[in-house]
Amino acid sequence: MFQILDPLLIVALALNFVTLGVSRIRGVINAVALQGILLGILPLFVHPDIGFRVILLVGVTIGLKGFVIPRFLVHALREATIEDEVKAVVNFMGSLLLGAVGTGLAMVFSDTLPLAEQHKHSLLVPASLSTVWTGFLMLTTRKRAIMQVLGYLLLENGIFMFGLLLLEATPFLVEVGILLDLFTGVFVMGIIIHHISREFASTSTEHLTELKE
Amino acid sequence: MAYWLIAFPLVMAAVTFALPSNRWRPWLLPLGALGHLGLVGVALSQPGDAPAVSGLSGWLLLDALGKVVLGFISVIFFLCSLYAPGYLAIRSDRPNRIFCANLLAVLASMTLVVLSHHLGLMWVAMEATTLATAPLLYFNRNARSLEATWKYLLIGSVGIALALFGSFFLAYSSVKAGLESTLLFDQLITEAPKLSQPWLHAAFVLLFIGYGTKMGLAPMHTWKPDAYGEAPGIVGTLLAAGVTSCAFLAILRVYQICRAGADAEFAREIMIFMGLLSMAIGAVFMVRQRDFKRMLAYSSVEHMGILVIGIGIGGLAVYGALLHLINNGLTKGVLFLSAGNIHRAYGSKFTDDVRGAIQRVPLSGALFLAGFLAITGSPPFGPFVSEFTILNAAIASGRYFAGGLLLLLLGIVFIGMGATVLAVVQGTPPEQEEGNSYHDNASTCVPILLFMALVLLLGVYIPPSLESLLREAAALLEVKR
Repeated sequence: MFQILDPLLIVALALNFVTLGVSRIRGVINAVALQGILLGILPLFVHPDIGFRVILLVGVTIGLKGFVIPRFLVHALREATIEDEVKAVVNFMGSLLLGAVGTGLAMVFSDTLPLAEQHKHSLLVPASLSTVWTGFLMLTTRKRAIMQVLGYLLLENGIFMFGLLLLEATPFLVEVGILLDLFTGVFVMGIIIHHISREFASTSTEHLTELKE
Repeated sequence: MAYWLIAFPLVMAAVTFALPSNRWRPWLLPLGALGHLGLVGVALSQPGDAPAVSGLSGWLLLDALGKVVLGFISVIFFLCSLYAPGYLAIRSDRPNRIFCANLLAVLASMTLVVLSHHLGLMWVAMEATTLATAPLLYFNRNARSLEATWKYLLIGSVGIALALFGSFFLAYSSVKAGLESTLLFDQLITEAPKLSQPWLHAAFVLLFIGYGTKMGLAPMHTWKPDAYGEAPGIVGTLLAAGVTSCAFLAILRVYQICRAGADAEFAREIMIFMGLLSMAIGAVFMVRQRDFKRMLAYSSVEHMGILVIGIGIGGLAVYGALLHLINNGLTKGVLFLSAGNIHRAYGSKFTDDVRGAIQRVPLSGALFLAGFLAITGSPPFGPFVSEFTILNAAIASGRYFAGGLLLLLLGIVFIGMGATVLAVVQGTPPEQEEGNSYHDNASTCVPILLFMALVLLLGVYIPPSLESLLREAAALLEVKR
């Protein structure tokens, strides 16, 4: 049942590389949004019987990850008059290379994991680990506050993929709670980005270095 | 009952938010806190695992461990709320609508963390505390507090995302074992011996790192000095005593599962190592610390370390750790609030500018000094009893190295912290800046005195009801031999 997911997961993996490779922030937002929509569809293929709750979950996930959060980030980008350009500590070539190495390692590592029989040959676990890795890369190597928010979203996307293995264990209430927290988190971060840009006339986190020993 | 405990502060938060008067709004805080304290009192008086305090078919439940933390949080919040009107009257130039409403929202989310017996729900509640506290840190609305808020929010959220990953791993350990996948604690504890070991280990590590970030254990503590350094004293107290205790409780819940799966040894070694590391890092950064609020943050890192060491050592030390949770939290209340008063009186939090606090603000200065003596483990205050219990258990169980290191680090902390605190308290105060008219008064000092009185009380006398509750809670965490 999990093998049907593989083509979709390959697209999701490819989007990881897009987020690391494009130079415009808006491009990264779009890639993360598209990945969010893809993830939103996945439960339809995982769940054996599609009931009202699964449909609702799919709707909420796609709505929040695919539309509301990205819209809000684009809005924040415009409001804060951030120039639409990714600034990175590691250049694009280097980031892509690191991303590729991470994805490769995720594949090898997943093979050695003691997975349950039904999950053995699915791409779900490697895709999840690789997306988490991409999220961390983005969090650590990008300078703009908004890119770090996008890194956090990627990290959450990766965890969401792993969560698909346990759709029965995480009841609807919790799924929605997690999504709501994610949205509120991004919302609060967006507000802070706005304040950062007003305070420093830039949203580069390079300015946030006053507090240290 | 369980629903009321969570709903009441939430409703009060909404009322507070709706009230238009900046002047009268802060007075709703003590009112909300008193109501919560009353409800908690009723909940705690229920015998046993209190079926009356449960809900959502087992998702919410108040067990002995929860009772300890819930009672403690409610008391801390109540004392902080007494401080709030006086503090906010001094800062009447700032709008306090979001500040007051969020304080009550934090109380509601902390209560939810304590009550939840479902890993997913607990995660949601824990993240809610992060989100609700972020605007509190930004109360001063300057570049420094902005930086602190950003770091707190981002590091906290990433840390907690890892905890979610760990929760999923834990659920997967039951899938791998061919059991029905679940995130309910009680079910996981019963099934613990059958869970897949590698996944359980990985889950523990991720959950420990994730909630350890929230707790502020080294090396995931980096948000702490910034956040505590820039936050108002009342927020510092709530973070250092309330939110971190919730994160500690989350770790204890996971530890309960490891323990039931006869897997405690693995978890305990990690806890002792990370605890000693936290103490060491806290001690190193406390030496020659010029910023006395940052110093308190490192003290918090150190004491979070002591808590996990206590659990790691096991036996009587578990009781000691739970007692220390309370003692440390109450003492942090004394320290953060008096440090806040001193900060206000001098307009600075650096030892270069702040001298002779005991002359300028006699009561706050004296309380700051007494709080320092208490937190470093001097008798007759509470932390002495709990730290001594942990140390005693370490030696008795033959962990001489850990015990010795604990003692050495406590010594370094005493000297390092002492230098900064004495620099603040002693000496001749510099000329008072014009326009700074802060003086100690009842509204900003009585709550600190109450904190101090409790710290002293727990040093000389532990009420039998608290004692038996702590023993009951410790029994949930002790390792079967």
